[in-house]
Amino acid sequence: MNDDNLAAVYRREVGRCTATLIRVLGSVDLAEDAVAEAFAIAAERWPVTGIPPNPGGWITTTARNRAIDRLRRESTRNDRHHAASRLQGDDMEPDDSSRDLGALDDFVDVVADDQLRLMFLCCHPALAPDAQVALNLRLLGGLEVPEIARAFLVEEAAIAQRLVRAKRKLRDNHASYAVPRPAQLPDRLHVVLSVIALIFTEGHTAGSGDALVRTNLLTEAIRLARVLVELMPDEPEAVGLLALMVLTDARRPARVAPDGSMVRLADQDRSRWDGALIAEGHALVRACLRRNQPGPFQLQAAIAAVHADAATADATDWSQIVALYDQLYVLQPTPVVAVSRVVAVAELHGPADALADLDALDKGRLDAYQPYPATRADLLPRAGLRASALAAYDRALALTTNPVERRFLTEQRARATFPRT
Amino acid sequence: MPQYLMSVWHDEEYVVDFTTPDAQRIGPQVGAFNAELEKADAWVFGAGLQPASSATVLRPAGAGVSMTDGPYAETKEQMGGFWVIEAPDLEAALDWAQRASDACEGPVELRPMQDEG
Repeated sequence: MNDDNLAAVYRREVGRCTATLIRVLGSVDLAEDAVAEAFAIAAERWPVTGIPPNPGGWITTTARNRAIDRLRRESTRNDRHHAASRLQGDDMEPDDSSRDLGALDDFVDVVADDQLRLMFLCCHPALAPDAQVALNLRLLGGLEVPEIARAFLVEEAAIAQRLVRAKRKLRDNHASYAVPRPAQLPDRLHVVLSVIALIFTEGHTAGSGDALVRTNLLTEAIRLARVLVELMPDEPEAVGLLALMVLTDARRPARVAPDGSMVRLADQDRSRWDGALIAEGHALVRACLRRNQPGPFQLQAAIAAVHADAATADATDWSQIVALYDQLYVLQPTPVVAVSRVVAVAELHGPADALADLDALDKGRLDAYQPYPATRADLLPRAGLRASALAAYDRALALTTNPVERRFLTEQRARATFPRT
Repeated sequence: MPQYLMSVWHDEEYVVDFTTPDAQRIGPQVGAFNAELEKADAWVFGAGLQPASSATVLRPAGAGVSMTDGPYAETKEQMGGFWVIEAPDLEAALDWAQRASDACEGPVELRPMQDEG
Protein backbone atom coordinates (compact mmCIF):
# COMPACT_ATOMS: atom_id res chain seq x y z
CA MET A 1 0.00 0.00 0.00
CA ASN A 2 1.17 3.54 -0.58
CA ASP A 3 -0.11 7.02 0.27
CA ASP A 4 -1.91 7.31 -3.06
CA ASN A 5 -4.14 4.42 -2.15
CA LEU A 6 -4.98 5.87 1.24
CA ALA A 7 -5.61 9.24 -0.39
CA ALA A 8 -7.89 7.62 -2.97
CA VAL A 9 -9.86 5.82 -0.27
CA TYR A 10 -10.11 9.08 1.68
CA ARG A 11 -11.47 11.00 -1.31
CA ARG A 12 -13.97 8.28 -2.17
CA GLU A 13 -15.14 7.34 1.31
CA VAL A 14 -14.77 10.31 3.64
CA GLY A 15 -18.08 11.95 2.72
CA ARG A 16 -19.98 8.68 2.91
CA CYS A 17 -18.43 7.75 6.29
CA THR A 18 -19.03 11.22 7.74
CA ALA A 19 -22.63 11.13 6.53
CA THR A 20 -23.30 7.83 8.28
CA LEU A 21 -21.51 8.85 11.49
CA ILE A 22 -23.57 12.06 11.71
CA ARG A 23 -26.73 9.95 11.70
CA VAL A 24 -25.30 7.49 14.21
CA LEU A 25 -23.79 10.07 16.57
CA GLY A 26 -26.36 12.81 16.06
CA SER A 27 -23.62 15.45 15.87
CA VAL A 28 -21.62 16.82 12.95
CA ASP A 29 -18.61 17.73 15.11
CA LEU A 30 -18.42 14.32 16.80
CA ALA A 31 -18.71 12.64 13.40
CA GLU A 32 -15.91 14.74 11.89
CA ASP A 33 -13.61 13.95 14.82
CA ALA A 34 -14.41 10.23 14.75
CA VAL A 35 -13.84 9.89 11.00
CA ALA A 36 -10.56 11.84 11.20
CA GLU A 37 -9.41 9.53 14.01
CA ALA A 38 -10.34 6.42 12.00
CA PHE A 39 -8.34 7.64 8.99
CA ALA A 40 -5.37 8.38 11.26
CA ILE A 41 -5.52 4.78 12.52
CA ALA A 42 -5.80 3.55 8.93
CA ALA A 43 -2.69 5.55 7.98
CA GLU A 44 -0.81 3.66 10.71
CA ARG A 45 -2.21 0.19 10.14
CA TRP A 46 -2.91 -0.19 6.44
CA PRO A 47 0.76 0.02 5.38
CA VAL A 48 1.25 -3.13 7.50
CA THR A 49 -2.04 -4.99 7.06
CA GLY A 50 -2.93 -3.84 3.55
CA ILE A 51 -6.19 -2.10 2.65
CA PRO A 52 -9.17 -4.09 3.96
CA PRO A 53 -11.64 -5.45 1.38
CA ASN A 54 -14.29 -2.88 2.36
CA PRO A 55 -12.25 0.20 3.35
CA GLY A 56 -15.30 2.44 3.76
CA GLY A 57 -16.96 -0.08 6.07
CA TRP A 58 -13.73 -0.41 8.03
CA ILE A 59 -13.47 3.35 8.50
CA THR A 60 -17.13 3.66 9.49
CA THR A 61 -16.95 0.84 12.01
CA THR A 62 -13.64 2.05 13.45
CA ALA A 63 -14.91 5.62 13.69
CA ARG A 64 -18.04 4.44 15.46
CA ASN A 65 -16.10 2.26 17.93
CA ARG A 66 -13.69 5.10 18.68
CA ALA A 67 -16.59 7.46 19.19
CA ILE A 68 -18.20 5.03 21.65
CA ASP A 69 -14.92 4.71 23.56
CA ARG A 70 -14.54 8.43 23.75
CA LEU A 71 -18.16 8.98 24.75
CA ARG A 72 -17.78 6.45 27.57
CA ARG A 73 -14.62 8.19 28.75
CA GLU A 74 -16.08 11.67 28.62
CA SER A 75 -19.79 11.07 29.16
CA THR A 76 -20.27 14.27 31.12
CA ARG A 77 -21.62 16.63 28.52
CA ASN A 78 -25.21 16.56 27.40
CA ASP A 79 -24.63 15.95 23.72
CA ARG A 80 -22.36 13.06 24.57
CA HIS A 81 -25.00 11.51 26.81
CA HIS A 82 -27.42 11.94 23.98
CA ALA A 83 -25.05 10.34 21.47
CA ALA A 84 -24.20 7.50 23.86
CA SER A 85 -27.86 6.64 24.32
CA ARG A 86 -28.34 6.70 20.56
CA LEU A 87 -25.48 4.30 20.08
CA GLN A 88 -26.77 1.73 22.53
CA GLY A 89 -29.84 1.27 20.36
CA ASP A 90 -27.86 1.24 17.17
CA ASP A 91 -26.66 -1.98 15.70
CA MET A 92 -24.43 -1.03 12.85
CA GLU A 93 -22.04 -3.65 11.55
CA PRO A 94 -21.40 -3.20 7.83
CA ASP A 95 -19.26 -6.32 7.65
CA ASP A 96 -21.68 -8.50 9.59
CA SER A 97 -22.27 -11.43 7.23
CA SER A 98 -24.77 -13.08 9.56
CA ARG A 99 -27.51 -10.63 8.55
CA ASP A 100 -30.15 -11.86 6.18
CA LEU A 101 -30.09 -10.35 2.73
CA GLY A 102 -33.19 -8.16 3.19
CA ALA A 103 -31.77 -6.52 6.28
CA LEU A 104 -28.51 -5.95 4.45
CA ASP A 105 -30.36 -4.26 1.59
CA ASP A 106 -32.11 -2.02 4.10
CA PHE A 107 -28.78 -1.19 5.63
CA VAL A 108 -27.27 -0.31 2.26
CA ASP A 109 -30.29 1.91 1.50
CA VAL A 110 -29.97 3.72 4.81
CA VAL A 111 -26.27 4.31 4.28
CA ALA A 112 -26.82 5.53 0.71
CA ASP A 113 -29.49 7.90 2.02
CA ASP A 114 -26.98 9.24 4.54
CA GLN A 115 -25.09 10.96 1.73
CA LEU A 116 -28.29 12.55 0.48
CA ARG A 117 -29.17 13.67 4.01
CA LEU A 118 -25.76 15.27 4.35
CA MET A 119 -26.03 16.93 0.95
CA PHE A 120 -29.37 18.49 1.85
CA LEU A 121 -28.01 19.51 5.27
CA CYS A 122 -24.94 21.20 3.78
CA CYS A 123 -27.15 22.93 1.20
CA HIS A 124 -29.72 24.06 3.76
CA PRO A 125 -31.54 27.14 2.47
CA ALA A 126 -31.17 28.75 5.91
CA LEU A 127 -27.40 29.01 5.23
CA ALA A 128 -25.67 31.62 3.07
CA PRO A 129 -24.27 30.32 -0.26
CA ASP A 130 -20.62 30.69 0.81
CA ALA A 131 -21.36 28.65 3.95
CA GLN A 132 -23.17 25.99 1.88
CA VAL A 133 -20.17 25.70 -0.44
CA ALA A 134 -17.65 25.49 2.42
CA LEU A 135 -19.71 22.87 4.28
CA ASN A 136 -20.07 20.70 1.18
CA LEU A 137 -16.35 20.79 0.46
CA ARG A 138 -15.44 20.10 4.09
CA LEU A 139 -17.97 17.41 5.03
CA LEU A 140 -18.73 15.65 1.74
CA GLY A 141 -15.45 16.29 -0.07
CA GLY A 142 -13.20 15.98 2.97
CA LEU A 143 -11.20 19.06 1.91
CA GLU A 144 -9.18 20.59 4.72
CA VAL A 145 -9.74 24.20 5.75
CA PRO A 146 -6.47 25.46 4.14
CA GLU A 147 -7.44 23.82 0.82
CA ILE A 148 -10.84 25.53 0.84
CA ALA A 149 -9.24 28.83 1.81
CA ARG A 150 -6.73 28.62 -1.06
CA ALA A 151 -9.43 27.74 -3.56
CA PHE A 152 -11.48 30.83 -2.68
CA LEU A 153 -8.57 33.17 -1.87
CA VAL A 154 -10.00 33.68 1.61
CA GLU A 155 -8.14 33.65 4.93
CA GLU A 156 -8.08 30.25 6.61
CA ALA A 157 -9.49 31.76 9.79
CA ALA A 158 -12.45 33.13 7.83
CA ILE A 159 -13.25 29.72 6.34
CA ALA A 160 -12.86 28.04 9.75
CA GLN A 161 -15.22 30.57 11.28
CA ARG A 162 -17.70 30.18 8.42
CA LEU A 163 -17.77 26.42 9.02
CA VAL A 164 -18.15 26.75 12.79
CA ARG A 165 -21.00 29.24 12.42
CA ALA A 166 -22.81 27.19 9.81
CA LYS A 167 -22.62 24.01 11.90
CA ARG A 168 -23.72 25.90 15.01
CA LYS A 169 -26.66 27.43 13.17
CA LEU A 170 -27.83 24.06 11.92
CA ARG A 171 -27.47 22.57 15.41
CA ASP A 172 -29.11 25.44 17.33
CA ASN A 173 -31.98 25.50 14.87
CA HIS A 174 -32.57 21.74 15.13
CA ALA A 175 -32.12 21.24 11.39
CA SER A 176 -33.35 17.75 10.60
CA TYR A 177 -31.03 15.12 9.17
CA ALA A 178 -33.48 13.88 6.59
CA VAL A 179 -34.19 13.90 2.88
CA PRO A 180 -36.81 16.66 2.40
CA ARG A 181 -40.48 15.77 2.14
CA PRO A 182 -41.84 15.60 -1.42
CA ALA A 183 -43.57 18.99 -1.07
CA GLN A 184 -40.25 20.69 -0.31
CA LEU A 185 -38.03 18.53 -2.47
CA PRO A 186 -38.05 20.65 -5.67
CA ASP A 187 -36.97 23.83 -3.85
CA ARG A 188 -34.41 22.04 -1.72
CA LEU A 189 -32.99 20.13 -4.70
CA HIS A 190 -32.66 23.39 -6.58
CA VAL A 191 -30.38 24.70 -3.81
CA VAL A 192 -28.25 21.53 -3.93
CA LEU A 193 -27.84 21.87 -7.70
CA SER A 194 -26.94 25.57 -7.43
CA VAL A 195 -24.31 24.87 -4.80
CA ILE A 196 -22.70 22.13 -6.91
CA ALA A 197 -22.79 24.45 -9.95
CA LEU A 198 -21.20 27.22 -7.88
CA ILE A 199 -18.34 24.94 -6.79
CA PHE A 200 -17.79 23.96 -10.44
CA THR A 201 -17.85 27.57 -11.65
CA GLU A 202 -15.26 28.56 -9.04
CA GLY A 203 -13.02 25.75 -10.22
CA HIS A 204 -13.60 26.66 -13.86
CA THR A 205 -12.61 30.33 -13.57
CA ALA A 206 -9.04 29.90 -14.70
CA GLY A 207 -6.16 32.07 -13.62
CA SER A 208 -7.03 33.15 -10.11
CA GLY A 209 -6.05 31.10 -7.12
CA ASP A 210 -4.01 27.94 -7.02
CA ALA A 211 -4.58 26.00 -10.27
CA LEU A 212 -4.27 22.60 -8.63
CA VAL A 213 -6.72 23.48 -5.88
CA ARG A 214 -9.13 24.77 -8.51
CA THR A 215 -8.93 21.44 -10.32
CA ASN A 216 -9.94 19.86 -7.01
CA LEU A 217 -13.09 21.97 -7.06
CA LEU A 218 -14.00 20.75 -10.55
CA THR A 219 -13.39 17.14 -9.56
CA GLU A 220 -15.35 17.58 -6.35
CA ALA A 221 -18.33 19.24 -8.07
CA ILE A 222 -18.51 16.45 -10.64
CA ARG A 223 -18.15 13.82 -7.91
CA LEU A 224 -20.99 15.38 -5.89
CA ALA A 225 -23.21 15.48 -8.98
CA ARG A 226 -22.42 11.83 -9.73
CA VAL A 227 -23.43 10.85 -6.19
CA LEU A 228 -26.62 12.89 -6.50
CA VAL A 229 -27.54 11.34 -9.86
CA GLU A 230 -26.84 7.88 -8.52
CA LEU A 231 -29.11 8.49 -5.52
CA MET A 232 -31.80 10.51 -7.35
CA PRO A 233 -31.75 9.10 -10.90
CA ASP A 234 -35.28 10.39 -11.59
CA GLU A 235 -34.36 14.07 -11.30
CA PRO A 236 -33.63 15.26 -14.87
CA GLU A 237 -32.09 18.56 -13.72
CA ALA A 238 -29.55 16.67 -11.60
CA VAL A 239 -28.63 14.60 -14.67
CA GLY A 240 -28.57 17.82 -16.72
CA LEU A 241 -26.14 19.48 -14.31
CA LEU A 242 -23.83 16.45 -14.37
CA ALA A 243 -23.96 16.41 -18.18
CA LEU A 244 -23.21 20.14 -18.36
CA MET A 245 -20.20 19.84 -16.05
CA VAL A 246 -18.84 16.74 -17.76
CA LEU A 247 -19.11 18.35 -21.22
CA THR A 248 -17.54 21.59 -19.98
CA ASP A 249 -14.74 19.76 -18.23
CA ALA A 250 -14.08 17.76 -21.42
CA ARG A 251 -12.82 21.00 -23.00
CA ARG A 252 -10.43 21.81 -20.15
CA PRO A 253 -7.25 20.48 -21.89
CA ALA A 254 -7.87 22.89 -24.79
CA ARG A 255 -9.08 25.88 -22.75
CA VAL A 256 -5.72 27.20 -21.58
CA ALA A 257 -2.71 27.58 -23.91
CA PRO A 258 0.73 26.32 -22.80
CA ASP A 259 1.66 29.92 -21.88
CA GLY A 260 -1.34 30.09 -19.54
CA SER A 261 -3.48 32.33 -21.74
CA MET A 262 -7.17 31.61 -22.33
CA VAL A 263 -8.27 30.04 -25.62
CA ARG A 264 -11.76 30.87 -26.89
CA LEU A 265 -14.09 28.03 -27.78
CA ALA A 266 -13.82 28.92 -31.49
CA ASP A 267 -10.02 28.74 -31.38
CA GLN A 268 -9.64 25.58 -29.31
CA ASP A 269 -7.81 22.53 -30.65
CA ARG A 270 -10.75 20.14 -30.54
CA SER A 271 -8.54 17.07 -30.83
CA ARG A 272 -7.50 17.85 -27.25
CA TRP A 273 -11.05 17.57 -25.93
CA ASP A 274 -11.63 14.53 -23.73
CA GLY A 275 -13.55 12.06 -25.91
CA ALA A 276 -14.61 9.79 -23.06
CA LEU A 277 -16.15 12.68 -21.11
CA ILE A 278 -17.91 13.94 -24.25
CA ALA A 279 -19.39 10.49 -24.88
CA GLU A 280 -20.57 10.33 -21.28
CA GLY A 281 -22.01 13.84 -21.50
CA HIS A 282 -23.91 13.02 -24.68
CA ALA A 283 -25.41 9.90 -23.13
CA LEU A 284 -26.50 11.89 -20.08
CA VAL A 285 -28.05 14.66 -22.20
CA ARG A 286 -30.04 12.12 -24.21
CA ALA A 287 -31.15 10.36 -21.02
CA CYS A 288 -32.48 13.51 -19.34
CA LEU A 289 -34.06 15.13 -22.41
CA ARG A 290 -35.98 11.90 -23.05
CA ARG A 291 -37.96 12.66 -19.89
CA ASN A 292 -39.31 15.77 -21.57
CA GLN A 293 -39.13 17.98 -18.47
CA PRO A 294 -36.62 20.52 -19.76
CA GLY A 295 -34.92 22.73 -17.19
CA PRO A 296 -32.08 25.27 -17.25
CA PHE A 297 -29.28 22.78 -16.58
CA GLN A 298 -30.55 20.33 -19.20
CA LEU A 299 -30.78 23.08 -21.83
CA GLN A 300 -27.28 24.35 -21.04
CA ALA A 301 -26.03 20.77 -21.26
CA ALA A 302 -27.77 20.38 -24.63
CA ILE A 303 -26.00 23.54 -25.85
CA ALA A 304 -22.66 22.16 -24.66
CA ALA A 305 -23.49 18.89 -26.45
CA VAL A 306 -24.13 20.71 -29.75
CA HIS A 307 -20.72 22.39 -29.42
CA ALA A 308 -19.12 19.04 -28.65
CA ASP A 309 -20.74 17.55 -31.76
CA ALA A 310 -18.95 19.94 -34.10
CA ALA A 311 -15.61 18.65 -35.38
CA THR A 312 -14.59 22.25 -36.16
CA ALA A 313 -15.90 25.60 -34.93
CA ASP A 314 -17.27 26.31 -38.44
CA ALA A 315 -19.29 23.08 -38.35
CA THR A 316 -21.26 24.24 -35.26
CA ASP A 317 -25.03 24.01 -35.65
CA TRP A 318 -25.74 27.61 -34.57
CA SER A 319 -29.43 27.50 -35.43
CA GLN A 320 -29.91 24.71 -32.90
CA ILE A 321 -27.88 26.61 -30.33
CA VAL A 322 -29.93 29.79 -30.80
CA ALA A 323 -33.14 27.74 -30.51
CA LEU A 324 -31.89 26.21 -27.24
CA TYR A 325 -30.95 29.66 -25.89
CA ASP A 326 -34.44 30.89 -26.80
CA GLN A 327 -35.92 28.08 -24.70
CA LEU A 328 -33.46 28.77 -21.90
CA TYR A 329 -34.32 32.47 -21.89
CA VAL A 330 -37.99 31.62 -21.39
CA LEU A 331 -37.10 29.65 -18.24
CA GLN A 332 -34.32 31.95 -17.09
CA PRO A 333 -34.58 35.53 -18.41
CA THR A 334 -31.22 36.64 -17.00
CA PRO A 335 -28.46 38.87 -18.45
CA VAL A 336 -26.17 35.82 -18.57
CA VAL A 337 -28.52 33.93 -20.87
CA ALA A 338 -29.35 37.03 -22.95
CA VAL A 339 -25.70 37.83 -23.67
CA SER A 340 -24.79 34.19 -24.40
CA ARG A 341 -27.71 34.02 -26.82
CA VAL A 342 -26.46 37.15 -28.62
CA VAL A 343 -23.07 35.48 -29.15
CA ALA A 344 -24.84 32.60 -30.89
CA VAL A 345 -27.00 35.00 -32.93
CA ALA A 346 -23.81 36.67 -34.21
CA GLU A 347 -22.64 33.34 -35.58
CA LEU A 348 -26.01 32.52 -37.13
CA HIS A 349 -27.14 35.90 -38.52
CA GLY A 350 -24.00 38.06 -38.36
CA PRO A 351 -22.72 40.81 -36.03
CA ALA A 352 -25.23 43.47 -37.09
CA ASP A 353 -28.25 41.41 -35.99
CA ALA A 354 -26.46 40.44 -32.79
CA LEU A 355 -25.66 44.07 -31.96
CA ALA A 356 -29.31 44.99 -32.57
CA ASP A 357 -30.38 42.24 -30.14
CA LEU A 358 -27.79 43.40 -27.64
CA ASP A 359 -28.93 47.02 -27.87
CA ALA A 360 -32.52 45.92 -27.29
CA LEU A 361 -31.59 44.57 -23.84
CA ASP A 362 -32.09 46.62 -20.69
CA LYS A 363 -28.70 48.34 -20.29
CA GLY A 364 -29.37 49.41 -16.72
CA ARG A 365 -29.20 45.83 -15.54
CA LEU A 366 -26.23 44.97 -17.75
CA ASP A 367 -23.86 47.87 -17.24
CA ALA A 368 -21.80 46.18 -14.51
CA TYR A 369 -21.98 42.72 -16.08
CA GLN A 370 -18.56 42.17 -17.68
CA PRO A 371 -19.65 39.85 -20.55
CA TYR A 372 -21.95 42.62 -21.83
CA PRO A 373 -19.25 45.15 -22.81
CA ALA A 374 -16.88 42.26 -23.66
CA THR A 375 -19.41 40.88 -26.15
CA ARG A 376 -20.13 44.34 -27.58
CA ALA A 377 -16.39 44.91 -27.93
CA ASP A 378 -16.09 41.67 -29.86
CA LEU A 379 -19.06 42.39 -32.15
CA LEU A 380 -18.46 46.08 -32.95
CA PRO A 381 -15.26 45.72 -35.03
CA ARG A 382 -16.81 42.76 -36.85
CA ALA A 383 -19.61 45.14 -37.84
CA GLY A 384 -17.01 47.72 -38.95
CA LEU A 385 -17.39 49.95 -35.87
CA ARG A 386 -13.82 50.06 -34.56
CA ALA A 387 -13.88 53.32 -32.66
CA SER A 388 -16.89 52.26 -30.57
CA ALA A 389 -15.18 48.94 -29.89
CA LEU A 390 -12.32 50.60 -28.03
CA ALA A 391 -14.68 52.20 -25.52
CA ALA A 392 -16.41 48.85 -25.02
CA TYR A 393 -13.03 47.12 -24.44
CA ASP A 394 -12.12 49.78 -21.86
CA ARG A 395 -15.41 49.25 -20.06
CA ALA A 396 -14.91 45.45 -20.12
CA LEU A 397 -11.34 45.78 -18.84
CA ALA A 398 -12.52 48.02 -16.02
CA LEU A 399 -14.80 45.17 -14.90
CA THR A 400 -12.21 42.35 -15.24
CA THR A 401 -9.97 41.32 -12.34
CA ASN A 402 -8.92 37.85 -13.54
CA PRO A 403 -5.36 38.33 -14.98
CA VAL A 404 -5.78 35.70 -17.73
CA GLU A 405 -8.96 37.34 -18.97
CA ARG A 406 -7.37 40.81 -18.74
CA ARG A 407 -4.51 39.70 -20.95
CA PHE A 408 -6.94 38.23 -23.46
CA LEU A 409 -9.01 41.44 -23.62
CA THR A 410 -5.92 43.66 -23.87
CA GLU A 411 -4.70 41.66 -26.87
CA GLN A 412 -8.12 41.75 -28.50
CA ARG A 413 -8.32 45.49 -27.94
CA ALA A 414 -4.94 46.00 -29.64
CA ARG A 415 -6.04 43.85 -32.55
CA ALA A 416 -9.31 45.76 -32.96
CA THR A 417 -7.38 49.02 -33.35
CA PHE A 418 -5.94 47.89 -36.66
CA PRO A 419 -7.81 46.45 -39.64
CA ARG A 420 -7.44 42.68 -39.81
CA THR A 421 -5.07 41.49 -42.50
CA MET B 1 -40.00 20.03 21.43
CA PRO B 2 -37.87 22.91 20.09
CA GLN B 3 -39.35 26.38 20.34
CA TYR B 4 -38.77 29.25 17.94
CA LEU B 5 -39.39 32.98 17.95
CA MET B 6 -41.01 34.32 14.80
CA SER B 7 -40.85 38.13 14.73
CA VAL B 8 -42.59 40.37 12.21
CA TRP B 9 -40.79 43.47 10.97
CA HIS B 10 -42.49 46.72 9.96
CA ASP B 11 -41.45 50.16 8.82
CA GLU B 12 -40.70 52.20 11.91
CA GLU B 13 -43.63 54.59 11.49
CA TYR B 14 -46.61 52.31 11.42
CA VAL B 15 -49.95 53.29 12.88
CA VAL B 16 -52.20 50.83 14.65
CA ASP B 17 -55.44 51.35 12.74
CA PHE B 18 -57.73 48.41 12.08
CA THR B 19 -59.89 50.33 9.61
CA THR B 20 -57.36 50.72 6.78
CA PRO B 21 -57.78 48.46 3.72
CA ASP B 22 -54.41 46.82 4.49
CA ALA B 23 -55.45 46.03 8.07
CA GLN B 24 -58.86 44.80 6.88
CA ARG B 25 -57.11 42.35 4.59
CA ILE B 26 -54.15 41.33 6.75
CA GLY B 27 -56.11 41.01 10.03
CA PRO B 28 -58.22 38.05 8.89
CA GLN B 29 -55.17 36.42 7.21
CA VAL B 30 -53.27 36.52 10.49
CA GLY B 31 -56.35 35.31 12.37
CA ALA B 32 -56.63 32.29 10.09
CA PHE B 33 -52.91 31.60 10.47
CA ASN B 34 -53.21 31.75 14.28
CA ALA B 35 -56.07 29.25 14.14
CA GLU B 36 -53.89 26.88 12.11
CA LEU B 37 -51.04 27.20 14.61
CA GLU B 38 -53.44 26.30 17.42
CA LYS B 39 -54.98 23.41 15.53
CA ALA B 40 -51.51 21.95 14.93
CA ASP B 41 -50.53 22.45 18.60
CA ALA B 42 -47.69 24.67 17.41
CA TRP B 43 -48.99 27.84 19.13
CA VAL B 44 -47.23 28.92 22.34
CA PHE B 45 -47.83 32.66 22.32
CA GLY B 46 -48.22 35.54 19.93
CA ALA B 47 -49.07 39.24 19.89
CA GLY B 48 -48.89 42.43 17.88
CA LEU B 49 -46.92 45.31 19.39
CA GLN B 50 -47.60 49.03 19.67
CA PRO B 51 -45.22 51.08 17.45
CA ALA B 52 -41.53 51.26 18.39
CA SER B 53 -41.94 54.90 19.49
CA SER B 54 -43.82 53.55 22.53
CA ALA B 55 -40.73 51.69 23.77
CA THR B 56 -38.46 52.58 26.69
CA VAL B 57 -34.89 51.30 27.08
CA LEU B 58 -33.42 50.63 30.56
CA ARG B 59 -29.74 50.14 31.28
CA PRO B 60 -27.93 49.33 34.51
CA ALA B 61 -26.22 52.52 35.71
CA GLY B 62 -24.21 52.10 38.88
CA ALA B 63 -26.60 51.61 41.76
CA GLY B 64 -29.70 52.50 39.80
CA VAL B 65 -30.89 52.31 36.26
CA SER B 66 -30.97 54.77 33.36
CA MET B 67 -34.03 55.13 31.19
CA THR B 68 -34.21 56.44 27.65
CA ASP B 69 -37.16 57.04 25.40
CA GLY B 70 -37.56 55.06 22.18
CA PRO B 71 -36.56 51.66 20.84
CA TYR B 72 -33.14 50.12 21.52
CA ALA B 73 -31.95 50.20 17.92
CA GLU B 74 -32.55 53.24 15.73
CA THR B 75 -33.28 51.32 12.56
CA LYS B 76 -35.67 51.89 9.70
CA GLU B 77 -37.54 48.68 10.48
CA GLN B 78 -38.73 47.63 13.91
CA MET B 79 -40.35 44.53 15.37
CA GLY B 80 -44.10 44.87 15.08
CA GLY B 81 -45.22 41.57 16.53
CA PHE B 82 -44.11 38.05 17.29
CA TRP B 83 -45.05 34.45 17.88
CA VAL B 84 -43.45 31.75 19.94
CA ILE B 85 -44.08 28.40 18.29
CA GLU B 86 -43.21 24.77 18.86
CA ALA B 87 -41.95 22.73 15.91
CA PRO B 88 -40.20 19.37 15.64
CA ASP B 89 -37.35 20.74 13.52
CA LEU B 90 -36.07 23.69 11.52
CA GLU B 91 -37.82 22.55 8.35
CA ALA B 92 -41.23 22.55 10.05
CA ALA B 93 -40.45 25.91 11.68
CA LEU B 94 -39.45 27.41 8.31
CA ASP B 95 -42.76 26.18 6.92
CA TRP B 96 -44.63 28.10 9.63
CA ALA B 97 -42.43 31.18 9.18
CA GLN B 98 -43.12 31.23 5.45
CA ARG B 99 -46.86 31.10 6.11
CA ALA B 100 -46.52 33.80 8.78
CA SER B 101 -44.74 36.02 6.27
CA ASP B 102 -47.48 35.39 3.70
CA ALA B 103 -50.23 36.13 6.26
CA CYS B 104 -48.80 39.45 7.49
CA GLU B 105 -47.34 40.42 4.09
CA GLY B 106 -43.96 41.33 5.51
CA PRO B 107 -40.58 39.95 6.50
CA VAL B 108 -40.48 37.44 9.35
CA GLU B 109 -37.35 36.49 11.28
CA LEU B 110 -37.13 32.93 12.60
CA ARG B 111 -34.86 32.29 15.56
CA PRO B 112 -34.51 29.22 17.75
CA MET B 113 -34.90 29.43 21.51
CA GLN B 114 -32.02 28.17 23.67
CA ASP B 115 -32.50 24.57 24.72
CA GLU B 116 -33.66 23.98 28.25
CA GLY B 117 -30.90 23.06 30.69
